[in-house]
Amino acid sequence: MSKARKIAKNDSLELISAAQNKAEDKRLEVLKTYKLYIGGAFPRTESGRYWKLKTPAGKVIANVSRASRKDFRNAVVAARRAFSGWAAKTAYNRGQILYRMAEMLEGRREQFISELVLQGSNENEAVREVNAAIDRLVYYAGWADKYQQVFSAVNPVQSSHFNFSLPEPMGVVAVIAPESHGLLGLVSCIAPVIVGGNSCVVLSSEKQPLSSITFAELMESSDVPAGAINILTGFREELLEHFSSHMDVNAVVSSDLESAELKEVQSSAVSNLKRVINLKIKDWFSDEAQNPYLIMETQEIKTTWHPIGL
Amino acid sequence: MERRIEFNTSWQYSPAPESTDHIVLSKRYDNFIGGAFVPPASGKYFDTINPATEEKLSEVALSDEADVNRAVESAREAFNRYWSKCLPAERGKYLYRIARLIQERAREFAVIESLDGGKPIRESRTVDIPLVAAHFFYYAGWADKLEYAFPNRRVSPLGVAGQIIPWNFPLLMAAWKIAPALACGNTVVLKPAETTPLTALKLAELIQEADLPPGVVNIITGAGETGQALVRHPDVDKIAFTGSTEVGRIIQKELAGTNKKYTLELGGKAANIIFEDAALDQAVEGIINGIFFNQGHVCCAGSRLFVQESVADTVIRKLKDRMESLIVGNPLDKNTDIGAINSRQQLDTINSYIEIGQKEGAELYQTSCPLPERGYWCRPTLFLNASQSHRIVQEEIFGPVLAVQTFRTAEEAIEKANNTPYGLSGGVWSDKGAKVFKITSKIRSGVVWANTYNKFDPTAPFGGYKESGVGREGGLHGLLPYVNLA
Repeated sequence: MSKARKIAKNDSLELISAAQNKAEDKRLEVLKTYKLYIGGAFPRTESGRYWKLKTPAGKVIANVSRASRKDFRNAVVAARRAFSGWAAKTAYNRGQILYRMAEMLEGRREQFISELVLQGSNENEAVREVNAAIDRLVYYAGWADKYQQVFSAVNPVQSSHFNFSLPEPMGVVAVIAPESHGLLGLVSCIAPVIVGGNSCVVLSSEKQPLSSITFAELMESSDVPAGAINILTGFREELLEHFSSHMDVNAVVSSDLESAELKEVQSSAVSNLKRVINLKIKDWFSDEAQNPYLIMETQEIKTTWHPIGL
Repeated sequence: MERRIEFNTSWQYSPAPESTDHIVLSKRYDNFIGGAFVPPASGKYFDTINPATEEKLSEVALSDEADVNRAVESAREAFNRYWSKCLPAERGKYLYRIARLIQERAREFAVIESLDGGKPIRESRTVDIPLVAAHFFYYAGWADKLEYAFPNRRVSPLGVAGQIIPWNFPLLMAAWKIAPALACGNTVVLKPAETTPLTALKLAELIQEADLPPGVVNIITGAGETGQALVRHPDVDKIAFTGSTEVGRIIQKELAGTNKKYTLELGGKAANIIFEDAALDQAVEGIINGIFFNQGHVCCAGSRLFVQESVADTVIRKLKDRMESLIVGNPLDKNTDIGAINSRQQLDTINSYIEIGQKEGAELYQTSCPLPERGYWCRPTLFLNASQSHRIVQEEIFGPVLAVQTFRTAEEAIEKANNTPYGLSGGVWSDKGAKVFKITSKIRSGVVWANTYNKFDPTAPFGGYKESGVGREGGLHGLLPYVNLA
């Protein structure tokens, strides 16, 4: 059992003394610094700000980076830069990369479970959540080269043209991950966005931000190109406005905004006619949280007229 | 020696006006609500004029909030009482009936469309009205087959759709809105544009004739305030709007915080890209059709021309020659290529852009054709040596004004083509299939035409990326905005 889980169970967060008091564990534990994930790198917030993440009992777990507007803008630049390359990868390749993410997550199950427990989940819930997150990545990996077939059309036009309509990614998508289910909610929102070739900037759960940054580490070892996925930790209240008003963001995906927050997002989105996608998901373990229609939420349909003739 | 055809001297056309004898227009039109024509609550009317003569054609109801309320109530009642209970196959049969009636009265609709809107009869007769009938015919067949369009989902209608349409393709836009909405089981309140209400009101007569249950389609006339009241009405489930990006933004903002679904089909600034290996004469026809079709009052108009440098001189020479042969004038004359600008207001907008373009330093070229004395007219116009930062390159003019730029490499063309907040359409001209597919896949827009331009079909989805709109109309994908999936 990892150190983190042991600590959470004992509810003892005198980390240093806890470690030192064990006779079998003489070495000083290396604590993890949780940073942001932008353009494939792990910077601290440019603002230098942080907040103290605490257990339900009030003990401090980590100083979490509190991302700023500037961090968000940097992340959008990275996401835009990564977009065309990610979108141009073959569907097969994107599927493999999502599957690779599932493999990496499987290999680090224990770490994710203990982190969820540390952030307040009970052990059974945490196990169930991590398992579902792994399976969800596999599910969407499978869609990578199929949703186009299900949702495209050859249109029998009256003129002499080969006419077809198929989905293309919208571009840069801003994702507001749900507050609950720090890992599963995050994965459920990101996977359908990226499997379709979009790049994204994600605001992680404020209550359970650690899973998102540890998840970012998976990207590094899963061949996800730098910038295709960017993850920020921060305050929704502060960042929502920027997520929805940035002129180089094509869509905003959310799932658990209060009605006043949603209205704010919808109003700010007007600046460049962003698509606002508010998923109505009550149960993150059900079919409503994993289906190909969710991929289509961040796709545009392009119709091409190609001449037929000699 | 270079050979040229002198179109102006050796080609004379005798007048060939379409007859208007069989056209019956009332002096005044009321709103069409609950299956009957009812006067507006305010008792006020406004004129609709022929933009080619500036003469009044008729007057139509100026609807206010009270009329909107009445129309929405009627649509809701029709939804609850008839339409949601109507068997899907029967819904389809009503739509087939409407399609047939339009075909039977096609010429009448074409003439009124040209009278009220100023578009050449050749276009209203061969493009607009046939597409209207085809659109109803296409969606009629979907009514009882919706579950095949959405795998693994149960399909249900939204309820009442509020639909606001523009003046450039008045009846066609009404068809694009009404046909899929009805096929999916919704009822509608449609507001035609203030300058072109007549064909929609004639459609109302036709709908009466088709015995459609009262209130399934309601048509109310008015201007911006009428549309705003419709957008704001709490009992409308969905708004479908076609028009400018500016108004689209206002609507998106109005709808923030509501549960209403919406589709927006907005402005564009499409790139029409001509490669050196294109069939140049065909490409020139495509450029002409791209920008001068319907006086350039087309959201997907090819208003930015990109010509590969090696053929730029040839293409521009051919283009100028071809432009010189375009006949601007009486929309009802079968030889007319470019009809009247839709309104005084729009003519002023176009003229202001022609001034802006000159001030910005682009080189103006206009043809020498004679223009009628009365009415609103604009000569086919080119701006040569335009640059990416010019307002005439960045902003939608919605008139017969083409901004010309050149490029060297395919990458440069793609970069320039995509350098716009819009993303509605694009065109590519090349004889090389692989190159065509490369370019069409790189252009960030909802419709891309290869070696053709401004083609429309009811089976082909249409709609924008980025600031050109949200959602698709037409084809299988045009069903989605009118259904709930469970």
